This record gives sequence, structure tokens and C-alpha cells, in this order.
Amino acid sequence: MEPSPHTATSNPPVAATAANLSERDLVRRSASSVPPPARQLEPVAKLIDVSKCIGCKACQSACIEWNDTNPAIETNVGVYENPHDLTPDMFTLMRFTEWDNPQTGNLEWLIRKDGCMHCEDPGCLKACPAPGAIVQYSNGIVDFVHENCIGCGYCIKGCPFNIPRISKVDHTAYKCTLCSDRVSVGQGPACAKACPTHAISFGTKEDMKTLANSRIEDLKSRGYENAGLYDPPGVGGTHVMYVLHHNDQPEIYSNLPRDPRISPVVNAWKGMAKYLGFAAMGLAAAAGVLHSAFVSPNRVSSEDEEKAEDLVKEKT
Amino acid sequence: MADRDIAKEDAIHPGRPVVVSRYNLGARINHWITAASLILLALSGLAFFHPSLFFLTGLFGGGQDARAIHPWIGVVLFFSFAGLFIRFWRANLPEKSDKAWLAHANDMITGNEEKMPEVGRYNPIQKFNFWVMAILIIALIVTGFAIWDQYFFDWTTIPQKRIAVLIHSLAAVALICIWIVHVYAAIWARGTLSAMTRGSVTGGWAWKHHRRWLKELAERHRVKKPAAPAE
Repeated sequence: MEPSPHTATSNPPVAATAANLSERDLVRRSASSVPPPARQLEPVAKLIDVSKCIGCKACQSACIEWNDTNPAIETNVGVYENPHDLTPDMFTLMRFTEWDNPQTGNLEWLIRKDGCMHCEDPGCLKACPAPGAIVQYSNGIVDFVHENCIGCGYCIKGCPFNIPRISKVDHTAYKCTLCSDRVSVGQGPACAKACPTHAISFGTKEDMKTLANSRIEDLKSRGYENAGLYDPPGVGGTHVMYVLHHNDQPEIYSNLPRDPRISPVVNAWKGMAKYLGFAAMGLAAAAGVLHSAFVSPNRVSSEDEEKAEDLVKEKT
Repeated sequence: MADRDIAKEDAIHPGRPVVVSRYNLGARINHWITAASLILLALSGLAFFHPSLFFLTGLFGGGQDARAIHPWIGVVLFFSFAGLFIRFWRANLPEKSDKAWLAHANDMITGNEEKMPEVGRYNPIQKFNFWVMAILIIALIVTGFAIWDQYFFDWTTIPQKRIAVLIHSLAAVALICIWIVHVYAAIWARGTLSAMTRGSVTGGWAWKHHRRWLKELAERHRVKKPAAPAE
């Protein structure tokens, strides 16, 4: 087995490499089950150090180039976000916030690279009704399989981060793949490769946590006492993590959720509603079967017909 | 008061047996369009409701097509049911005598209908089905638009969509249960189906199940002279 990639910075092997992510590495498959995988890949993660980001959008360009998407050219409305939002053709987006730090009086320019967080407990996959349209590999990557996608938009309802977008062209859902096609041949994601300040790193989740710790220590020594790692436990942790200088208030980074979790409404819809629904429909059907077994059909008798004839005769 | 129990098309045709017109051609076509769309909606909707039923999308040409067509059939159902609603809502208004009937509902279910008070065009269980169906269909169309992302994505927020999809699935389940009761009752009470196929029932059926309706019809001289008997 090929070792999992540990970095996005080293150049990839020149020789052709067999893909090491396959159906056999799935740990979850939407609306279906998978056999337990024979091997456990090392969990990977992308670490986005917000404090090092300069907002150059090289990651967006690399993403567009690698995934061969064509985001529409939009109009400048006076903000740095471009395009205006994640779209079916833009899987990652720099979100810019001008934040007035009340403690220091400094205006801080917060730039967060938004995109799929690759949750350990993915709400999109839980909500998906189409077998095999969303899969999760044992290294943590959550991927959309377009030939199985029906375009219903349930993944949008399941996602705690508002990430998936449905294409108006092929009516299937798109999002960051964590460059699963690159990772499968030992490379890191395109965005990480392109980042000029190494604000985006890629490797095993363990390594990324270690790297994050060293960065957090550094930030703390520079006065960012609330610096920390964003790896939200409500979704089982994520395979895209942030180093935030103000980890105590993630909301200031363009509404990064403080405690993301799969909505209880989605859990009720995908859990209780199904059991309740089948039970109710089953009971209604069973009641019919039982009733017909114990009560004979309600038949109109010949006396009833005669009574009706008499009644009508009376009136004519 | 009792007038609302009689629809324009209702009429008695003397003979052996007496034949009573109950649903005209328009009402029947309206009913069967509603029935067909409800069944198609249930089949396609159940496919999205549980993975074990996803294979039902095959009936519609696959997942993508089932997803695309389901809401359009919903629109057909809504307008079709609206037609039925306009036709039947008056006769389904609750009235005082319904209470006495419901107190004897046990006799109906156990097959002792003769012990029950006389009934107009619809009995209270039919009325209940009618109103519950109307409410559920309104709930389904409203929540359906909220999750019809292809055209109306921007009309609602994601948290609203989550609630809408939960209500949509629960309302659909309830409607399927009501539908099971409706179909079962129509089959169990023999002689009922002809009302929605040929449009008429026998006098005996009306006497047994909707005696007050039959009496009112006779009273109001809605009796059509039988065709001249053949020589």
C-alpha cells in the first residue's frame, strides 16, 4: 500500500502512480451500507492557518484550474469576495471580514477560506437519499459521486456549514473534494500546493494538529491569547481545520459556526420520522387486513334494495 | 340546511333496483386524476423517504427524473384536489347529528351499521377524511414549494427548508395512512366503487349507508321518470 501523503509542498512522483483510494476504502456510503474496509487509511487533514492568509486567492485559482470549473465572471459590488458565494463552479471561497477588535481598537482583516470541512460525521451524507451519491473514505475525505446524485438538495439541508451547491447545468451537487483524485496518487490538494504563504497545509490529521499547536503557541506568544484550533467536536471533528487567532469567537470569521452539529430537525427527519412513518403506514395496512379478517364485507341486502324501491314508489 | 347534502348531479332513477346518480362524469374524472397523481406522488416520494424504497425511482426513469417530476405531479394533485374540494366541501361540513353517529362508530366498524343514526351524503368518518386530506395537501404543497430547490431555492432559508422537509415527510405519511383507510372503506362497503366508476349506486346502498341523503333526494322530487319500458 502506498503511504498516505504527508505534505502538499513536495513535488509529486513523476512516474505514474496507481490510485490508492477505491470503493474498498469507503467507511460510509449514502442511503446504503458498505462492508467494513479491509484497511484503515491514515486520516488526513487540511490545516488552514487564517493568521497566515494574505487573501491572494491563489487557492481559488488553483481550485478552478485543477477541477476545471468555470465560475461566471461577476460584477464588482465593492467587496473582496469573488465570486459572491460558493457556487457549483467555485468549491472554495475567501471570505473577508473587517473586524474592529474592541480590546485593542485595531481594525483586523479576517480572511477565511470557506469550503467543505469534511466532517467526520457528515450531515450531507446522512441526509442524502440516493445510494452512493455521497461517500466517505477511511482517510476522512467526504466525496460526491455525481453519477449517483439526483439533485434533490437534501445534502444542503444536512450540511451544518452551508457548503453544497446544486448545478443548474447537470442538476447534481458540487463541493470541495479535498482533491481526492490528487490525494489518491500521493499529492496534496491543489489549493494547498498553490498557497504562497503556506497558510494551507495538508498531511495526516495527527501531523496537522502538531503543526497547529506550534502555530497556536507562536500566536499566543504574540499576544493572541485566544488563538486555537477549530476542529469542532459536534460533527466528530473535521478533516479541514482552521487555526484561528480568535478561536473564542469563530463567528467573527464570516459566521463560522461556534458549535456546528447536524441539525436536530435533520436528525428527526432521518431518524424518528422514518420509523414513525413506516410504523404508521404499516399499522394502517395491518388494521385493514385484520378488519377484513374479522369483519365480513359490508354488503347491501335485498331488503335494503326493497326498502329503497318502496321509498321511491311512495314519492312518485 | 339539508340542501347542502344534495349535489346538482344527484338523482334517483326508479327501477329494480333503484339507481341513484352520485357523481357525474366531471366529478369522476376529477377524482381519478387526483387518485392517479396521489399514487404517483406516493411512489416517487417514498423513494426519497427511505433507501430501501429508492428502487421505486426506476418507475419514473431514474433518480434524477423522479426528483424532477415529483413536484410537478404535486402541482397537478393540488389543483385537482382543489376541484374536488369545491365540489364536495358543502356536503362535508360538520353537523350536529355527526356527534350521535360518532358515538356509534364502533357499530360501524364491527359491521352493525343498522344500529346507527341516518346519514346524509357523507358520514362523519368520510368528512374527517375529506378535511384531513385537504389540510395535509395544503401542508404538502406549502412545504413542497419550500424544498423545490430547482426553482424556488431562494424563497426559503436552509433552517426553514429543514423544517419543511420534516413536515413534508410526516404529512405525506399521514396522507398515505388516510388514503389506505379511504381505499379500504370503499372496498369493504360493497357497492361503493360503482359511485366513482359508473357514477351511480343502487338504492339499497343509499338506503343502507346514506339514508337521509336518499330520503331528501326522494323528498325533493329529484326522481327522474324511468325510461319508457320497451314493448
